[in-house]
Amino acid sequence: MHATTVGEPLVRARGLTKTYGDFTAVRGIDVEVRPGEAFGFLGPNGAGKSSAMRMIGAVSPVSAGELRILGLDPASDGPAIRARLGVCPQEDSLDMEITVRENLTVYGRYFGLSRVECRERADELLDFVQLTDKAGDSVEDLSGGMKRRLTIARSLINRPELLLLDEPTTGLDPQARHLVWERLFRLKQQGVTLVLTTHYMDEAEQLCDRLVVMDNGVIVAEGSPLELIAAHSTREVTELRFGVGEHEAVASKVSDLAQRVEILPDRLLLYTDEGEAAAIAVHERGLRPVAVLVRRSTLEDVFLRLTGRTLVD
Amino acid sequence: MELVVRQLDYWVTTYRRTWKGSGVSSFVMPVLFLSAMGIGLGGYVDDSSGPRVLAGVSYLAFIAPGLLATTAMQTAVLESSFAVFGKFKWNKVYSSMTATPLRVVDVLNGNLLYVGFRLATTCAVFLLVLAAFGVAGSVVGALGALLSAVLVGLACTTPVFGYSAWIKTDSSFAVLFRLGLIPMFLFSGAFFPVEQMPDTVEWLAYLTPVWHGVELCRDFTLGTASWWPGVGHVAYLLVWVVVGWLWARKTFERRLVGASS
Repeated sequence: MHATTVGEPLVRARGLTKTYGDFTAVRGIDVEVRPGEAFGFLGPNGAGKSSAMRMIGAVSPVSAGELRILGLDPASDGPAIRARLGVCPQEDSLDMEITVRENLTVYGRYFGLSRVECRERADELLDFVQLTDKAGDSVEDLSGGMKRRLTIARSLINRPELLLLDEPTTGLDPQARHLVWERLFRLKQQGVTLVLTTHYMDEAEQLCDRLVVMDNGVIVAEGSPLELIAAHSTREVTELRFGVGEHEAVASKVSDLAQRVEILPDRLLLYTDEGEAAAIAVHERGLRPVAVLVRRSTLEDVFLRLTGRTLVD
Repeated sequence: MELVVRQLDYWVTTYRRTWKGSGVSSFVMPVLFLSAMGIGLGGYVDDSSGPRVLAGVSYLAFIAPGLLATTAMQTAVLESSFAVFGKFKWNKVYSSMTATPLRVVDVLNGNLLYVGFRLATTCAVFLLVLAAFGVAGSVVGALGALLSAVLVGLACTTPVFGYSAWIKTDSSFAVLFRLGLIPMFLFSGAFFPVEQMPDTVEWLAYLTPVWHGVELCRDFTLGTASWWPGVGHVAYLLVWVVVGWLWARKTFERRLVGASS
């Protein structure tokens, strides 16, 4: 359908850098996104994810390094690249003065689609994001989750080869988040390549085939969620909650029970492949935590290990 | 140009939601102003020293083109201030546009064309009202006044676009309105000849685009237009349009793409 040959990366960045005056937001990252995959940038706020996304969206110029999107150079082929991208920004940029459906039809025109095509696709997409009943309503009356779904629908109006989603579920309630995830999962199954940023580890685990963990403008790890967990954490984690201020003292008494112990303000994390066994051993030492939880390692643990900080403060 | 045309449906869609309100006000405002100032106040002016200062022209005929030019200015500022700032800051419409094949300059020009349309329709209605009051001049004169009003409107539009993209908070508009809009409305020769004022004020008035617009409109409706100073007024207004556009392009780029080093 397009000039991109099979297997050629849709995004290829080498030493990609973004500076704003004296501040360097992205410090020379290497990224490759392959056709059909869901690729994630995971990291806390201010890690440089959104800056990277704006460069990949062919909006923000590259400060240094090399970037190719769909095989094209954003510095010279910005409009041609953007014609084939879908962009779902972090903050909804819907037009409040026009209706839900008009937000889609008007947007399709920017891509040079005919009015008939715009109307057909708008109706299809409203159906896809389950907003058909709201077609004639003002955008102002939509809930946060509906606005987000409408923004996703709008980003699909040009049938993009690459869909960029910046923090797709930030600020949504759990039910709305699941609805968005489910729609994105369907797109992924249809073969749309997704690139998303998130600071939610559960979102990254749900959606991403492969991801990079970013911190302070650099990539600190790369792989599939399972690979990252296997490489940077243990199979299980035993969480122990004691009284406020007791965690430091308790940590020294249990440090031999796990491969690694993390002390957080509200709990202790024992990294071990046998979580239950560790919990029992803690009990046998006469320690009585207020709460005990044995769970599998997540990307949150990977991030904590790599940066010494939690993702969501 | 094709990328600018792609925005037509957007502007038509938003205009259709507001045209009734703006249409009524662009008809009612001139009727109110011309009745109160042209006829009410004009009655006193014409009975006192008015005919001497205004070279025999009735006060109504004198202020009619002035009101036309200042209405163009007000329409221009209305469509270029909060309306533009909000598209950066509040609903981020411009960012959503530049995520598509549209470039920043296309988005800027698309919006400017819309303001040009608003100026043309508002000023055309205004001239119809002037015609009803018998002060629109000849057909050619009225057309000349319409073009002049659109030109002075654009001369106010492009710099305000630049300003709206440049400021950080909407409270900065208070400065623009108090130091720019209101003094220009009062002291640009719309209501009295600027020669009536002290020399400094008179010269400040000559620097404003609105004074040149008022003069152009008045020469057309009174039938006193001549090549000189007509061409000079047009050229001066075009400088405002072009310099304003260059500045707006710069501030739009900075705002939407970000200052890159």
